[in-house]
Amino acid sequence: MVKYLIVGNSAAAVGAVESIRQVDKDGRIVIVSNEPHPLYSRPLITYLLAGQIDESKMSYGDPMFYRRYNVEEVLGKEVVAIHPQDKNVVLSDGTTLPYQKLLLATGGRPIFPPVEGKDLAGVFTFTTLDDAKKVGEFIERNRVGSAVVVGGGLIGLKTAEALIARGIKVIIVELTDRVLSATFDRRASEIVEMALQGRGCELMTKNTVSRVIGKERVEKVVLQDGTEVNCQLVIFAIGVTPNTELAKRAGIDVRKGILVGDHMRTNLPDIYAAGDVVEAYDMVMSTNRQIAIWPNAYVQGNIAGFNMAGKAEKYDGSFAMNSVEICDVPTISIGLTDPQEKGYEVLERYDEAQKAYKKIVLKDDVIVGAIFVNKIDRAGVFTGLIKNRVNVRLFKDALLRDDFGLVWLPEKFRKHMVVGEGIEV
Amino acid sequence: MKKIRIREQYCMGCRLCEIYCAVQHSKSKDLVKAYRGEYPKPVPRILVEEKEYLSFAIQCRHCEDAPCISACMTGAMRRDPESGAVLCDEEKCVGCWMCIMVCPFGVIGRGREKKIISKCDLCLGEEEPACVKNCPNEALVLEEE
Amino acid sequence: MVKSSPPSGFLIDRDDERCIRCQACVRMCSNDVHAYDPEEDIIVSDSSKCVGCHFCEAICPTSALTVRHNPSQYRENFNWASEVINDIKTQAGSGGVILTGMGCDKPYPIYWDHIVLNASQVTNPSIDPLREPMELETFIGRKPDKIEIENFAEPKLATEISPQLELKTPIMFSAMSYGSISYNASLALARAASEFGTFWNTGEGGLHKDFYRYGPHTVVQVASGRFGVTREYLNVGGAIEIKIGQGAKPGIGGHLPGEKVTGPISETRMIPEGTDALSPAPHHDIYSIEDLRQLIYALKEATRYEKPVGVKIAAVHNVAPIASGIVRAGADFVAIDGIRGGTGAAPKVIRDNVGIPIEMAIAVVDSRLREEGIRNQASIIAAGGFKKSSDVIKAIALGADAVYIATAALVAMGCTICQKCYTGKCNWGIATQDPYLTKRLNPEIATRRLKNLLKAWSLEIKEMMGGMGINAIESLRGNREQLRGVGLNEVELKMLGIKPAGEAW
Repeated sequence: MVKYLIVGNSAAAVGAVESIRQVDKDGRIVIVSNEPHPLYSRPLITYLLAGQIDESKMSYGDPMFYRRYNVEEVLGKEVVAIHPQDKNVVLSDGTTLPYQKLLLATGGRPIFPPVEGKDLAGVFTFTTLDDAKKVGEFIERNRVGSAVVVGGGLIGLKTAEALIARGIKVIIVELTDRVLSATFDRRASEIVEMALQGRGCELMTKNTVSRVIGKERVEKVVLQDGTEVNCQLVIFAIGVTPNTELAKRAGIDVRKGILVGDHMRTNLPDIYAAGDVVEAYDMVMSTNRQIAIWPNAYVQGNIAGFNMAGKAEKYDGSFAMNSVEICDVPTISIGLTDPQEKGYEVLERYDEAQKAYKKIVLKDDVIVGAIFVNKIDRAGVFTGLIKNRVNVRLFKDALLRDDFGLVWLPEKFRKHMVVGEGIEV
Repeated sequence: MKKIRIREQYCMGCRLCEIYCAVQHSKSKDLVKAYRGEYPKPVPRILVEEKEYLSFAIQCRHCEDAPCISACMTGAMRRDPESGAVLCDEEKCVGCWMCIMVCPFGVIGRGREKKIISKCDLCLGEEEPACVKNCPNEALVLEEE
Repeated sequence: MVKSSPPSGFLIDRDDERCIRCQACVRMCSNDVHAYDPEEDIIVSDSSKCVGCHFCEAICPTSALTVRHNPSQYRENFNWASEVINDIKTQAGSGGVILTGMGCDKPYPIYWDHIVLNASQVTNPSIDPLREPMELETFIGRKPDKIEIENFAEPKLATEISPQLELKTPIMFSAMSYGSISYNASLALARAASEFGTFWNTGEGGLHKDFYRYGPHTVVQVASGRFGVTREYLNVGGAIEIKIGQGAKPGIGGHLPGEKVTGPISETRMIPEGTDALSPAPHHDIYSIEDLRQLIYALKEATRYEKPVGVKIAAVHNVAPIASGIVRAGADFVAIDGIRGGTGAAPKVIRDNVGIPIEMAIAVVDSRLREEGIRNQASIIAAGGFKKSSDVIKAIALGADAVYIATAALVAMGCTICQKCYTGKCNWGIATQDPYLTKRLNPEIATRRLKNLLKAWSLEIKEMMGGMGINAIESLRGNREQLRGVGLNEVELKMLGIKPAGEAW
């Protein structure tokens, strides 16, 4: 009898396994993954493509990780149905697996727009290890001089960077007027764009791909405004949509993502959800929404695991955050980075010579967002200030200093942070 | 587990802890050689924060609920079961800086030589951490928690 | 042309091979002697500002620094020594009184170094302090003229004994005011005294509220400025000491510059922040011995006769009759401070020329009080430049009941006697109120070191006592037969009341 059944095998699953085993050393844990590979670190696929690591380094932690936690992996099988009344799931090969507690960590799948020519060889999306391997093999077997990456978001840029590292000329096609428009403000996007262009990358904004043209393989793409771009490889990285169909069919409440409460429970008993697939509380935006980033998925999985194993733990909520280095420009963005409404205070400092950018966004003397480009050291201090909703009125002037740190916090808070045991995120 | 307690009322701001930390993690482990001979210059994993006459040295707190472990996407950041310390597997770290983004103490830095992080490792293997041993005013003490 | 400021007297040697440019010396020196030149990547030192406190030398992680005497010297002149030349040049520039800190450093004879102790040989065997009990217990206070016992079946003391201070060792911490020294330094003295079982002295700065818990081990001082003197202050202490004078500057009052009168000092002394704390030379209500008697009994009344009330004077020419008068005025102890006594600030000319050595003072006071048959009515506490445990034991043999140490305590806490206490820039965090500097004195470490000092000296005293075949300090008190003089002339031997070495009993 499977005590804990987890659907999905990435950050949320790992987080759940760690917390379950803290409480319950023996309960049987089974993870069902629709990928054929044992636990791996998904964000590393761009590093694999770039040639910075080889496949043996793709595992999360050491290869004995699940063994040590006594976890069984069922690989290459999809869960096609959930029967909440009977408390079992049905797999793609027909087997039925009963469960006591179920965790849905199905993540998301890439959006593949229905453009003409999308099924030609050389057209890919890029979210799994198999995608990385296929693209890698394609590059090796065919002469790829240039590639078009559709989408200037995080996945698109990291993919572009990997292709540049392979010596391929890259053209990025982005729908909005700048890259990373969902993450950054104008200035930060500009700095990243300059770095990309410095490596020979071409940028076409306010545009998208309407058609992919070629005989057996991709030969060129036609953009929305009619421009034609010759290329031998196209990667669509325009977004990810949560895999909620399974949940919906089972009668679980779903909006854009699976709806969960403070304890990561869905509306159905003994069924939990965590990770990219859920909508959970965003404390900066004060609403429930998806925040698809590894640390959040892990923590949500962790909380879900505790509750599944019988230890009540509350999820305090999180907020958007990203750390990404593009073409040797390290960047960190947290919370609300580019407020459009009134009522926000913005502090910023830009060092032209070093292209170092620091921006703090405040509302009512509480930090709600920050951007760091190039000088990213100690960015986490601000993450802590956002999470704890610290009123920074007394030291607002110090926030932009290079040496801003915990020493500026009032003594009471400093005593807790500096002398105390350490805090949770 | 043994943790380093920071006593800001005794910190003189001499920054000797930074020196000794850097030397402890240098190639030669000799004060003069490390600073005069080695390249790149050794980097400390401890940082002295100063504001007028208030100062203290801060390093990884080896938190019980370490956010860096949650944020690490390769599983490089893990807890050592024996000592309870939070350690980074340098072979697995790819320098994505997620941990730097979430550490509320801001005590994780970027390495100078390789693209990996640099953080306090409690000088495991030594009888006590170099910073505790060499603080001239006992502003850093090792305590069992 | 007149370059009126003379050389500082110190030169800093830096071993460039060992200097790692860590800049600890740059950060730590309160006199801004060292500076880092980023262009040349070296550290330059302006020795003219150096006061010779050796803090940089101590903190340098590679021991690259040596502080030594400035070799720049005037032509050798027994009469016109460098210090004298430099002082004249300074005064020609400033027109002011030259201030200094700590105690007299001039080559007057140190009589302790001319007095030697006895040891047992064939008869009256030595006692091993590590194996047999030895008593260093000392009681400060008035001893009764006679003892009466009642009920010999179950003996009970009929005589009422005056209040006594009980010391585990005959060494106490002498008066150093909070204001001249830092909070952390005062705390260390209070804690070490309390934990070891002896006493410390507030000096004329009053008692900080935080230290009231150490009250039972505190001698609270009532000085001419009456700083911080309230009824609570008097009652919280273990004993009260009326300060008439101190060895470093007999005849003049105390002076704490306004810069050092910060918030907590101002509160403790009960004067406005930033004002100079000036203690007048005399108590303006004491102009005769009868006035002193009145004050002594006023204080006894205010504390319900529960505590010893004593008087501290500087050792001057007429110290013997003065002490006699003080005892007859009702004091329970007389503290005498010799010419070597230290201070935070005093005019150099007074520190070095006014007062007499404590060795002489103890001897004549003890002799005089015995002659008058009143020796039991008050304890004698000796102060003024006690540097070693042997000084302590010799003082007791000369007639003192206990000894006050101050300079030695400061040295234990880190002081290197650079004599710049009055600047308030003490790098060791002792004689300063600057928050950047006071952090450097960790009271935990300082307390530990003070207790170690007391422990070490107590053990040495026991060793010396054991060597003499004595197992209780009481047997040594006033026991001049255990002392002999070496290299002293007849007059000195007579004043000290000791025989010359070689003369048997």
